[in-house]
Parts: sequence; C-alpha cells; structure tokens
Amino acid sequence: MTALKVTFLFVLVSVPLKLVFALFIAMLFAKKYRGVNAYRTIYYIPSIIGGSVAVAVMWKQLFGLDGAINSIIAHLGINGPNWIAHPDYALSTLIILVVWQFGSPMLIFLAGLKQIPNELYEAAAVDGASKFSQFLKITIPMLTPIIFFNLIMQMVNGFMTFTQSFLITSGGPLDRTLFYAVYLYEKGFTHFQMGYASAMAWILLIIVAVFTSLIFKSSSLWVYYESEGGK
Amino acid sequence: MKKDKVLRSFFFHFFVIGFGLVMVYPILWSISSSLKPEFEIFKNASSLIPSEIKWDNYVKGWSGFGKITFGTFFFNSGFITFFVVLGTLFSSTLVAFGFARLKFHFKSILFVLLLATIMLPSQVTLIPQYIMFHKIGWVNTYLPLIVPAFIGGVPFFIFLLIQFIKGLPRELDEAAIIDGCSTFGVFWRIILPLMKPAIATVAIFSFYWTWDDFMTPLIYLNDTDMFTVSLGLRMFSDPSSVTAWGQMFAMSVLSLVPTFIIFLFFQKYLVDGIATTGIK
Repeated sequence: MTALKVTFLFVLVSVPLKLVFALFIAMLFAKKYRGVNAYRTIYYIPSIIGGSVAVAVMWKQLFGLDGAINSIIAHLGINGPNWIAHPDYALSTLIILVVWQFGSPMLIFLAGLKQIPNELYEAAAVDGASKFSQFLKITIPMLTPIIFFNLIMQMVNGFMTFTQSFLITSGGPLDRTLFYAVYLYEKGFTHFQMGYASAMAWILLIIVAVFTSLIFKSSSLWVYYESEGGK
Repeated sequence: MKKDKVLRSFFFHFFVIGFGLVMVYPILWSISSSLKPEFEIFKNASSLIPSEIKWDNYVKGWSGFGKITFGTFFFNSGFITFFVVLGTLFSSTLVAFGFARLKFHFKSILFVLLLATIMLPSQVTLIPQYIMFHKIGWVNTYLPLIVPAFIGGVPFFIFLLIQFIKGLPRELDEAAIIDGCSTFGVFWRIILPLMKPAIATVAIFSFYWTWDDFMTPLIYLNDTDMFTVSLGLRMFSDPSSVTAWGQMFAMSVLSLVPTFIIFLFFQKYLVDGIATTGIK
C-alpha cells in the first residue's frame, strides 16, 4: 500500500510539473530567435542520458549531504539537509530528476505549436485579444490533442519508474520512495515471491488501464480535434 | 518598436542561457568532479573548475574491480547493444512490412494484439519471462537480453514502422510486382530503402534503451565478468567496498560518451523521430 501511495504521489506531482515545464519552454523556443536550435539541443541533453545509471549515481552525489546543491545553498546561508536520506525530501529529489528530463514532451509540444496556423493569432490580435488570452483561447485548445498524448505517455512511464529510485534511494528512507516497480522487484527477486510479484504486476496493469481509460473518457470534454470541426 | 524587439531578444537569450546552465550544471559538475583529486570533490563541491586536472580517476576507474576492467564492461555492453539493435531492425522491419502490405489470416486480431502489447507495462511480463528463461537455462547468459529483439522485441517500433510504410505510395510496390519482383524483393528493394529515416529512428532509440538498460541485465546476469557498464557503475556504490567517488564519476562520464556521440551525429533523425512519433 505504501508503494501505491508513493507512486501515486510521484505521478501526480511529477507528470503535471514536467508537462508545464515542457510547454513553457516549447513556447519560448517556438519564437524565431537566433540560436534556438542550439538551445533546443542543450535542453534536450538531460533527457537522452536521463535513464542511465550514470545519471542516477550523479544525482545521488549532487543531492548528498556534501553534494553540490548543499554547497550552493550554503553560500546563501542555508544548511541543506541530506536530501536523499531525509524522509521529507527524498521523493522531491526524485521528482526533480524526472522533471529535469522534460525534453521529449518539449519537442512534441514544439512540433504541435508549429502546426497552429498563424492566422488565428493575427485574427485574435486584430480583435484586440491580449497575449494571455490568445494563449488561453488559441494555444491551449489547439494543443489539447498533444497535451492528451503527452499526458498518457508520461503517466504510463511514471508508474513504471524503477532505476532512479532503486539506485538513488533504494526505496528508502522509511519507504518514502518505495516505488511500485521497486517493491515489485524486491518481492520477486530479493524475497523470491514470484507469485506475489506477478500479482502486483497485474494490479499495476489494471491501475494504468483505469487511468488511461479515464483520461480517454474525459478527453471528449477537453480535447479539440480540428477534423471533427470542434466539439 | 525596434528597441523593444532588441530588448525582448536580450531577455530571451538571457533567460534561456541562464536556465540552460542550470539544466546542464549536473552534467558539467560530474565531468569536473571526475577530474578533481579525490579529497576535493566534496570539499569545494559546487565549483566546476578543479584546482588541478588529474586523469588518475580515469586510469584507476578503468582498472575496475579485481581482475575485471571497465574494458570488459564496455565490450559486454557494446556486444549486447550491437546484437539487440541488429535484431530489432531485422524483426521489426519484416513484421511491419507484413502488417502494412500483406494480406493474411487473422491479420486484424494479430494487429490488435500488437497494439495491446504496446500498452502492457514491462513489469507484467518480467516475472513469467524470467521463469521461462530460467527453465531453459538461459539465466546468466546474454541470450535473454538479445534473443527477444530478434523475435519482435519492442512492439512499439513495429507499430512505428507500420505507420511509416502505410505512408509510402502503393503504386511503387505494384510497379515492382508487374516488373516481376517477388514479395521479398518488394520489401528488400523498394520498401527498405525508402524506410531509412524511420529505421534510423528505431536504431537510435533501440541503442539508447539497450545501452542504458539496467533492470534486464540486473536480473539476468550474475557473473561480474559478464556485467554491462550499467551494472559496473553500480558496483561503485556497493556498500561493501570503499567508494572511490572520483573513479565513479570518471566511469559515469565515459559511459555517457557513446550516447553523446550518437546524439551529435544523428540529432536530426532523433528530433524528427520524437516530434512525429512521440517516443520517449
């Protein structure tokens, strides 16, 4: 049960944060400034290496008691805790790691933003719509199919997160980062309760399926498909 | 008006570069830590410039554990990755061609099954698969890592290629058949060459996922001399050994090098691939 709670919390916080970041940065990069391609590459780098063990061990040191993060905030006069080992902060550390890798949803948003016809914005500007209401009334509705897609992809990935938690915190401290996949691995391959672990896997499948179908069901309420001529 | 634009552009670059630095800081930090002498890593933790550049960490780190060097780990990872990419390309292109162009019995049912397996979390099949490989005595060999790639591997890749082939004009096939081309000939001479961009995307991602994979080797490989780089890196944080942080950073950085090289060379395929298909 703890594992489920932790995983839910993780998915509920990390997925929206990641998508908001991705969308925000994608909007910046959709403008035609010089060097945008180079920036895009740099922002994408964390995402290509993100799943590797190298990044996990690096993260562990970065947020460790004597790590770089504490050293930086020490300059501001704050004595940082041991982020990894502190029950209140460990999960946040992992969430930051996952949000840091917002590269792929960013690229997908970027491709989506380029699809939005410029005439819509021009028409809105003529009618006196502010930038912000243009964003709310044009960008967001036109992007909903892509938001929908990203939401599902990231959610499924979130539920299956393993390496990061396994290597950085091994589920600890006090089971605060005991992700479902980590718990499943422990049951199956440390305690050799293969049957139990298999049952857990099926529960995971059902949970993911329920969430996916909920998002699908709700999609008719908020996802806008141009080909259907609106809702 | 013009001044406004310059100002805005300035803010854009200022913000993007600043935030970009935050984004790459962890990476730069590990590179610099790998060059610092051991005692300095956590003493001046946040500084990116080592007081003196020491290559010691690389030399010592490479020598590995016991008699097994990181050369072995890199070779193992390279070996597995090579065959997985090869296998994935072999099986997914053929299967995708079948689904996209040929007519056969139960095609629609099989296609639905294929889609279902895409949604299936890997954890669900993990344990039955392990028991199966255990029964046929493949645990602690590379076979459980490589063979699945040759028999379908990642259904998502198949799906991606099917979509791509469906976008190719059918007239080409028909023309080839009229000219006396066999079905396999159509695949080999017409479809395959046209699929190059999609194949590149599949190859790159299959490379990444295999190179970075941690869970599968963790489960199937027991002997240290068979370990992949991912497992080798983990041994640095093994509580039973004294952790050499500098060496760990050095080898971590090295393990990222192949990924970076591929990224630099094939960036275009990668970005297009993600934008059009939405792979992670």
